[in-house]
Amino acid sequence: MRAITIIRQLGQVVLAIAIAPVFAGWIAQCRAWLQNRSAPPLRQTYYMLRKLFSKDAALAQTASPLFRVTPYVLFGTMVLAAAIIPSLATDLPFARAADAIALIGLFATARVFLSLAAMDIGTAFGSMGARREMMVGFLAEPALLMVLFNAFLLFGSTALPALVDNHRAHPSIIDPSVIFAAVAFVMVLLAENARIPIDNPATHLELTMIHEAMLLEHSARHLALVEWASSLKLFNYACIGFALFVPWGIATHGADGVAAMLISIAALLVKLIVAGAALALIETFSAKLRIFRAPEYLAMAFLLAVLGLLVHLLLGVR
Amino acid sequence: MNSASIAALTAAVAGHQLRLLLFLVAAWGGLGVAGVLRPRGSRVVARVLFPLGAVVCLIVAIVAATFLLSGQAAQVMVLPLGLPDLPFHLRLDALSAFFLLLIGVAGTGISTFSAGYFRVGEGTPPGLMGLQYHVFLASMAMVILADDAYLFMVAWETMALASYFLVTSQHRIPEIRRAGFLYLLMAHVGAICILLSFGVLQGGSWQFTFDAMRHASLVPFWASTAFLLALLGFGAKAGLVPLHVWLPEAHPAAPSPISAMMSGLMLKTAVYGMLRVSFDLLHIRYWQWGVLVLALGLFSGLYGAIFAAVQTDMKRLLAYSSIENIGIIFAGIGLSILFETCNLHLFAALALCAALVHSLNHSLFKSLLFLTTGSVLHATNHRSLGKLGGLIRRMPWVASLALVGTLAIAGLPPLNGFVSEWLLLQAFLFTERIPHSFVNMFVPLGAAVLALTAALAAYVMVKFYGVVFLGQPREPSLAEAHDANWVERLGLIWLALGCIAIGVIPQLALRPASSVTGMLVGESIRTTGSIWFIAPVASRQASYSGIILLFGIIAVIGVTFLLVRLVAHGRVRRVATWDCGYPHQTARMQDTAEGFGQPIRHMFGAFFRIERDLPSPTDDPPRYRIRIEDRLWRAIYLPIARAVQWLADLVAVLQGGSLSIYLLCSFLTLIVLLVFVL
Amino acid sequence: MHAQSFALPAVNLLAACLLLISFAMLSRRRTQRLITLFAWQGAILFLSTCIVAYSSGLHELYYSAALTLLLKVIALPMILNRLIVRLGAEWDSETVVNIPLIMLVGLVLVIFAFGLAQPISMMATTITRNTLGIALAVILLSFLMMITRRKAVTQVIGFLAMENGLFFAATSATYGMPMVIELGIALDVLVGVFILGLFFFQIREQFESLDLRNMENLKED
Repeated sequence: MRAITIIRQLGQVVLAIAIAPVFAGWIAQCRAWLQNRSAPPLRQTYYMLRKLFSKDAALAQTASPLFRVTPYVLFGTMVLAAAIIPSLATDLPFARAADAIALIGLFATARVFLSLAAMDIGTAFGSMGARREMMVGFLAEPALLMVLFNAFLLFGSTALPALVDNHRAHPSIIDPSVIFAAVAFVMVLLAENARIPIDNPATHLELTMIHEAMLLEHSARHLALVEWASSLKLFNYACIGFALFVPWGIATHGADGVAAMLISIAALLVKLIVAGAALALIETFSAKLRIFRAPEYLAMAFLLAVLGLLVHLLLGVR
Repeated sequence: MNSASIAALTAAVAGHQLRLLLFLVAAWGGLGVAGVLRPRGSRVVARVLFPLGAVVCLIVAIVAATFLLSGQAAQVMVLPLGLPDLPFHLRLDALSAFFLLLIGVAGTGISTFSAGYFRVGEGTPPGLMGLQYHVFLASMAMVILADDAYLFMVAWETMALASYFLVTSQHRIPEIRRAGFLYLLMAHVGAICILLSFGVLQGGSWQFTFDAMRHASLVPFWASTAFLLALLGFGAKAGLVPLHVWLPEAHPAAPSPISAMMSGLMLKTAVYGMLRVSFDLLHIRYWQWGVLVLALGLFSGLYGAIFAAVQTDMKRLLAYSSIENIGIIFAGIGLSILFETCNLHLFAALALCAALVHSLNHSLFKSLLFLTTGSVLHATNHRSLGKLGGLIRRMPWVASLALVGTLAIAGLPPLNGFVSEWLLLQAFLFTERIPHSFVNMFVPLGAAVLALTAALAAYVMVKFYGVVFLGQPREPSLAEAHDANWVERLGLIWLALGCIAIGVIPQLALRPASSVTGMLVGESIRTTGSIWFIAPVASRQASYSGIILLFGIIAVIGVTFLLVRLVAHGRVRRVATWDCGYPHQTARMQDTAEGFGQPIRHMFGAFFRIERDLPSPTDDPPRYRIRIEDRLWRAIYLPIARAVQWLADLVAVLQGGSLSIYLLCSFLTLIVLLVFVL
Repeated sequence: MHAQSFALPAVNLLAACLLLISFAMLSRRRTQRLITLFAWQGAILFLSTCIVAYSSGLHELYYSAALTLLLKVIALPMILNRLIVRLGAEWDSETVVNIPLIMLVGLVLVIFAFGLAQPISMMATTITRNTLGIALAVILLSFLMMITRRKAVTQVIGFLAMENGLFFAATSATYGMPMVIELGIALDVLVGVFILGLFFFQIREQFESLDLRNMENLKED
């Protein structure tokens, strides 16, 4: 393993950890502009994290060791996922550890631990949130799998670095399967990251919470880690979307110089800005769905992905 | 143990594995008989016989592993027992060795746990229980080693009988007797189908050895008949929908180690039987069979997961979860048959490998979970999920080991359940190469059903673990729960270590499975290469590394913990649980098992038959009751039962009680014989 | 030819959008949305006919495209909108069974249509022949929409969507139908919508609602 790949790997991880809170803050900023109000500055998320880290952790008397370990497990899985996803370069030592299906499994691990921690305290809010979060999870998995199936048929692999390389070799913007898969992926991204129309990230009404209900009992550094892990999850999903559908700028195999690094960082930032604005636009134009309309929404995403698959099979190999 | 000593051991036993295994099976029989000599002596049984049985299991596993890893040819043996012209034939090849390895590894953990569990007697005298248990183990091993139809059926029936007595250990309770009766009935229906299948397979040679069946060539109609009969018979034993109705009754009725044996080991003998008949004894397969088995498997998987989500009894939940996992295994087998008939042997090997590894994984994590429910039952005397909760504080060992089992069965990396599901999903990716036009569009949807089933399994297991171990205790008597004793812990740790080991180093399971696929479909997936990754088809296409995931997560957790402690601090304050201003929070306000299953009831309502008793406004206190039943019971089984009753009533006319009718029957028989003989 | 190199991908993309709109029509509840989707279908048909006309050089397809634009994008949606405003039927339109089940059945129909169409499209001679499967799927999905809706107006829209599918099948498999047939079909469709509108007023007067369950009471017991 050469030094440049290790540096790139570490750099990617550090960049992900650093940028993820700002990405969530940028989406909030765009939403505020669209709603004609002024948002807090982008540094606010960092101030919030610093404040949380300095507080004393208030644990419920009924909390078990599982509850205390969960924030670290969440953060660990999300950072590992950030190391595996090729956001800056494809020639990463960790990238072979998991293909896209294994990445979904890694996100599932994080979700299960979060749900178990929510049930640990033994109040109604936590268990209800856990139940709803697991429900959204199991509905989103078939849709996400079909999107990956599409990607496999189009680009011949489920390992993200190979996908990026193949995509760069045969670009295909107007292929209907790619568009269907992209729309399905965005729908699943909104569902899995607890954004409108499935869940409102800014709500404080217990009966409408899904993700927030599970954060209720965490405080101080635990809450900071869980919040950071959530924004990392959104960042990771965005990077998976970029790797699957808009991989330009990622340093492919052989592009080793500093120039390639700078181009990839700049490309990633541009993509994140555009993606954040687009997400804010979607959120502003949609309303939050009733919880039992969520299966219909995710069924629509599943359907789109399957349609993309079938259209690809019908219209022949590219 | 370094590789030199492993090589020496392998060389020493090479060629003699079959004899060794026969000796070990006889050892089990001997242990069983020894138990009968002192039926009431629970101390001897628990402290001597069960641990010895565990040691025998371990040696069986080691012997089977040496056979698999050395890649030898099959070994055969003929015993001078059995019928005059059909002595017992025995055969040890890669397929039997794999399933013996499975029995050995899981059996070690279960027997160790039983040594601690059966210190308190339950219904049957411990000596008798020891006999039944070891005969059960021995008969399972004989089913796997059998090389002719007669020995197979003898061992199969012995297995059914031994397990019937084990299931009805607490025979004074009527529900348990009823469950045992249903189990025995379904086992016999299955056995008849298997016997008929063997009858068709011999294809006119009237020799009932498996060798003769391998060389018989059947026309498509008879081959399909044999296959369908085998599917019916082995499916009934494995718990494939719609022949699954005995599973949710028998598994909860049995004592927990027996449930573990039945779920973990006995269902796999049915999988073994299916593989033996379809890939080894039948000389040809058709793609329609593959589609049928795939569809049945996927439907069983979904059905089992959905029903598990709405259960309120922890052992019934695990029983339905077994149905789900057996469905996944059969889906893998079906996919493998489909690929093999389309000449895509590499992908057939991949799917078959996934099914085999999932069998091994399931035997480990399901046994672990059933054994932990046994500990919970012993500690709290409650089986219903509505009366448990918060046990992680009183039973930390059991809870942590159950957590490993829960994460494994939910299919989460880096544990073992994920490896087999990942392999199966990888196999599904290649289905668009199948040349049949409608099939290659429907089968990708099967992948979506599989993903849905796997995700539902995670939902079910969060419910199970969260309601039993987490939260607050729902009954005051739970405060006296005690943890498992050290022998039980040893058994649980063995199984949990197995789950972690296969998850982190999947080659441990993939190498044995590859020998089997090499024998059955003629090709194997890539398992050589580094120990860090597995890349079944090509490393460009997909790869997975359990080691990197596990150690990566642990490393990041460690670094984060240190950094947080350095930069911030580690102070903790314990406060009362936040109650949103409502002062009277009780443990009854947490989610119940019914509540956790409510989204499934809502979304998949068509699968259930739900009866609700809603409280009226004047009830004091208000009671809400909900009963969920299997629709298939009323749709299939009750009509069959009524038809059988009707037929029996018809025949009962003969038993009129009148002497003249009986004499008339004898008279008519005499006349008929006279006509035909003279 | 440069035209050929972008024509086929463009037509494929438009065909996929057509399929998507048919699915969306299965799941939308509000009648007004259905009419908007129908207008979009007409627009896609217009675009695809134009592209096929440009790349194959058959100029009468331009007239066919213009007819489509006039009728299906402008005239019919306007008529239908007026109709539902006067009938008061803009809002919720229930379905016979729940929506995820309908979408699953629709998916099975799509697979069925794709499987059936593959051998047939081998026999066609146009470059866009692979989209025949999509056209067949659109027809079947519109029929499904007609079966699973309760309010009468949505069934008309389903009928019109079916006609859209037929038109697309014709353009993709045979480069359009003879002009005489096209004009005849267009006239039939227009007159049909007028007559059906008249019927709806009668039904509403008789039963005070447009729910089709009332029609089931017409049979004698």
